[in-house]
Amino acid sequence: MAERRRARRPPLLPLAIIVAFVAVAVLAGVASPADPYAQHLRSRLAPPIWSAGGSWQHPLGTDRLGRDLLSRLFYGARVSLAAGVVTVALAGAVGGGVGLVAGYLRGRTGALLMRVTDATLAFPIILLALVLAVTLGPSFANVVVAIAVILWARYARVIYGEVVALMERDFIAQARALGASPVRIIAFHLFPNTANTLVVLVSLQVGYVIVVEAALSFLGAGIPPPTPAWGSMIAEGRDYITSAWWVSLFPGLAILLVVLAFNLMGDWLRDVLDPRLGQF
Amino acid sequence: MRRFLAVRLVQSLATLLLLSLAVFILARATGDPLSLILPMAATEEDYANARRYLGLDRPLPEQYVSFLVRAARGDFGTSLRARRPVNELLRERFPNSLKLAGFAMALSLLVAFPLGVAAAARKGTLVDTAAKTVAALGQALPTFFVGIVLIEVVAGRLQWLPAGGTGGLAHYVLPGVTLGWFVLAGLMRLLRSSVLEVLDADYVRTARAKGATERAVVWRHALRNALIPVVTFAGVSFAILVTTAVVVETVFAWPGMGRLAYEAISGRDFPVIQAVVLVTGAVVAAVNLAVDLLYVWIDPRIRYG
Repeated sequence: MAERRRARRPPLLPLAIIVAFVAVAVLAGVASPADPYAQHLRSRLAPPIWSAGGSWQHPLGTDRLGRDLLSRLFYGARVSLAAGVVTVALAGAVGGGVGLVAGYLRGRTGALLMRVTDATLAFPIILLALVLAVTLGPSFANVVVAIAVILWARYARVIYGEVVALMERDFIAQARALGASPVRIIAFHLFPNTANTLVVLVSLQVGYVIVVEAALSFLGAGIPPPTPAWGSMIAEGRDYITSAWWVSLFPGLAILLVVLAFNLMGDWLRDVLDPRLGQF
Repeated sequence: MRRFLAVRLVQSLATLLLLSLAVFILARATGDPLSLILPMAATEEDYANARRYLGLDRPLPEQYVSFLVRAARGDFGTSLRARRPVNELLRERFPNSLKLAGFAMALSLLVAFPLGVAAAARKGTLVDTAAKTVAALGQALPTFFVGIVLIEVVAGRLQWLPAGGTGGLAHYVLPGVTLGWFVLAGLMRLLRSSVLEVLDADYVRTARAKGATERAVVWRHALRNALIPVVTFAGVSFAILVTTAVVVETVFAWPGMGRLAYEAISGRDFPVIQAVVLVTGAVVAAVNLAVDLLYVWIDPRIRYG
């Protein structure tokens, strides 16, 4: 606990990385030096600028179809950012809602909801995503749904615990005595008191979702080609890793940097907003 | 205690039942498996015969009940692709996964414990910085990327270890490290903060005041209470390990449950999918139950009604 108190200043480097990541994703169309889909079969597997044979035309080199890696990296940021934000928002809304309702009702309905939550937590996330990808075909929407369908349960568990504790407090009893409806109590009394926790949990999971999306794209169950996604870019470079290491390495480093930045930001947010939450 | 055990057992079974229903529905949703098994030239009649033979023509609730009854007896039917009993496949693959997961878990515990506790005991030193760096990297590096880099560098360039497949202990090292990496990071991070928190407690000050050595304070007095959240995480991390295994086993061509699942899903082999997910779910549920019991042993203050 003692060491958390000093952590008030936002971590600047991670913040800068996130800002750059978002900027690149939003401005991919303008910032990219080339069309990420354009194939230049004459300059396949061209090396990055600093190695022998590199040129300014492709600063980070090209992949096996001669597509510009830097541009694909920029467009890939779009996929990662969208997947991370949309998934976490969806899972947060569903999980927060279930946690609030289950905690408010308790009793049989609450117990049933929490059983469903536990069953969901026991379901291996990648297996479900693979099943969905095979069933409905790999697509952005399916990736988001597959991850969110499992992820909500984590939020539900934590929020449920908070709400059960809040229900014992006097202000809830007073709201009830004043005749507040259940919807009013949940929306105006319980929700604001759990919002911080929800924000912290959500921010801690963005990095995780980006990693899972990359893993799915890597396995061929995520974003379908030729759309550039960091995970599938790593998979595409796998066969050439000995001769053209840059094809896999740059998307790998990109994932590392961005996820690291989101995790560090999440840690900081937790320290500021909800120090009781501990490690999660 | 006995009542608690009974309640938890019933809860675990209910969870598994829900899981089986979800799996059943999902497996049926993966499209018609017959289109993959039968030759292109198959007639309508061939389809009807095959459907009847595999029991796919009966109403869904009936299929579910018969699936459940047989699964409870450990009979998961016949793989549509391998044309062998699913049981046989599981018996081949499960031990491989268990061995790899055990190796990875042992590895991460062996590294996480000394490093995590040392980082807390010597906060702000080099050990602490090293531990924090490993923890941060561990949670940000995608498993499959670690795997590829290890294969390329350690197995390819340096030729120190085999890149994939099974065999002697050497074959375990690369997939084991890849699989254990993520869990190691989480475990160490948690251990560090947990020990730090406990070191602030009054009873630790008392132990110090009565002249206990620093080593005894950290390892005997603090660690035991710091273990409670760690045990919870170890339970959770087991589920993560199982999930991660799908990727790791695919990258390293390891013939375990994870790769079986990947193959089954891409081949729409739904008896196998059902079996893999159910067995995995059962193992995760059993581990969580064991974790609950472990609490009582670690912390005698916890009494389940």
